[in-house]
Amino acid sequence: MKIIVCIKQVPDTTNVKINPETNTLVREGVESIINPFDMYAIEEAVRLKEKYEGTVTALSMGPPQVESALRESVSLGVDEIYLLSDRAFAGADTLATAYTLAAGINNLEGADVVLMGKQAIDGDTGQVGPGVAENLGLPHITDVRKIEEIDGNGYMTVQRLLEDGYVRLKVKLPAVLTVVKEINEPRMPSLKGKMRAKSKEMKVWTAADLDIDKERIGLSGSPTWVTKIFTPPKPKGGKIFQGETRDTVSELLDELVKGGIPIKRGGGK
Amino acid sequence: MNYFLNEEQKEIQNLARKIAKEKIEPLALEYDESQSFPWEIVKILGQSDLFGVFIPEEYGGLGGGVFEMCLVVEELSSACGGIALSYAASALGTIPIILFGNDEQKKKYLPRLATGEIIAAFALTEPDAGSDAAAIKTQAKLDGDHYVLNGTKQWITNGGEAFINTVICITDPSRGARGSSAILVEKGTPGFEGGKKENKMGIRASATRELIFQDCKVPKENLLGREGQGFLVAMKTFDQSRPGVAAQAVGIAQGALDKAVAYSRERYQKGQPISNFQGVQFMLADMATQVEAARALTLQAAKTIDGGEKNVAKISSMAKLFASDTAMKVTTDAVQVFGGYGYMKEYPVEKMMRDAKITQIYEGTNQIQREVIALQLIKESVRRKD
Repeated sequence: MKIIVCIKQVPDTTNVKINPETNTLVREGVESIINPFDMYAIEEAVRLKEKYEGTVTALSMGPPQVESALRESVSLGVDEIYLLSDRAFAGADTLATAYTLAAGINNLEGADVVLMGKQAIDGDTGQVGPGVAENLGLPHITDVRKIEEIDGNGYMTVQRLLEDGYVRLKVKLPAVLTVVKEINEPRMPSLKGKMRAKSKEMKVWTAADLDIDKERIGLSGSPTWVTKIFTPPKPKGGKIFQGETRDTVSELLDELVKGGIPIKRGGGK
Repeated sequence: MNYFLNEEQKEIQNLARKIAKEKIEPLALEYDESQSFPWEIVKILGQSDLFGVFIPEEYGGLGGGVFEMCLVVEELSSACGGIALSYAASALGTIPIILFGNDEQKKKYLPRLATGEIIAAFALTEPDAGSDAAAIKTQAKLDGDHYVLNGTKQWITNGGEAFINTVICITDPSRGARGSSAILVEKGTPGFEGGKKENKMGIRASATRELIFQDCKVPKENLLGREGQGFLVAMKTFDQSRPGVAAQAVGIAQGALDKAVAYSRERYQKGQPISNFQGVQFMLADMATQVEAARALTLQAAKTIDGGEKNVAKISSMAKLFASDTAMKVTTDAVQVFGGYGYMKEYPVEKMMRDAKITQIYEGTNQIQREVIALQLIKESVRRKD
């Protein structure tokens, strides 16, 4: 089985600060990590490999420093690593990113399963997975919380997370899946993996290496423009009701009715 | 202090630190309370290759030595001395196979020990044979192709959990200590059972049990080294493993120091953090100095052993002695820095103080260590006069 996992390097937002004047991320001194959701995708890819035999290839688009993220994926069990890196790719929104990653996957002659996290923690759009699938002309399932099995006829059964449960779906491979954190617990890297990661050859592809339309990549291929980033102002005021729950609920209801919200009070004791 | 670790050693230290922080620390108090064996963590340590750091490459390990083992033990111990002990005790059970095993024995067990698929234990102590190890009574009688074992070992770390157990037995009662041998016994061998699990003051995540042998038949090929070498196996193993206990002590002490420093900055009294008070500052300064000195001695002992120095008993004992006394003192002081909160189980330093105590007792009490050191001093002095 051939598995491709798409990963993104992101700033570790647990430590990130926003410059209140420019409303931009303060990147200095912030560590870059593999997008946490992609860590689950890597782990699931490696588990599929261990169960069904095959290879796992990690693919990423980004500046040269993404190499460290790809190498880290090797220490977690990934076999091959490819980086799509070119100034022409810069400024890509989700549409251009999905198009470019799909071109990279085509260059790798496709896969049985393409995995990635449900979204990246820096952009939070969740659009790239489905976008890649559309570009490849493949079915996709988002928010996968469990891969149940792959049967002899090439169908995969998965559980897709819903707000209050899950739905079981069957998909004909090849397919694209995005995964949620419920799917597994990523393993720790191994020392032998870390050593492999150091010596692993990483292939870099530029725009010229891909079969693409130059108008559809990078800034020129990106119809989305970020016009402003801001921290939502904290809501002011508010009222805290303190005391016994029975009393505070009653007080709250009174207050809401007073404020013009039509609430029908039940009998109750 | 910079110990000028090479790239590989840094990777080992970083990975052990990451596992300690992310996987062990959140569970430490839970394991302390439940006394259940940390198989979940053992599995992670195995998958990460940490069990293999001191095992030769040709047997599936990473080819490091005592030094690398100490790096791992210290990091794990800073999060939980009990969980770290399950790792260190497996090393203690593995070392005799590395030192005295023949190629067949090494091939059979070391690759599986390197991946953490199985763990090991070392069994010497008996109810009436602690510091006086020569008083052991467990017998192994050769009967055709087998040794037949009878007797009881006591306080065996990883006992009942370990797949492979190095058991020191008497094979020739007429020769005393020279009549002892080291025999490998696998879990599941008929006639071999783990006894009751001890309810301990500290290191409660580790399993401590009796090993009971009743007409336990073990193939003759399981003899480690030669007959009569039992005590040599034990002493040479302890020479290598004592820095591991020292590293455990350093780790526990470092963990307590880190908690104490952090707490002293958070705890406000008289309108200021208690780290502003010189009384607390002096305590922290002394604690840090002692930990660093203990670490230096521990790593130097490990280096001395790995460097192939022949007589390592003295430095090995010094490291164990100094580091364990340091751990006891530093954890006690950490509880003091925490004040009343330090005495409460909700706060981590109370457990660290309990965990520290055992390091002064096992693998040779600190009184025995002093004897070993003094004996070496006298021997060296005698030799110089010659």
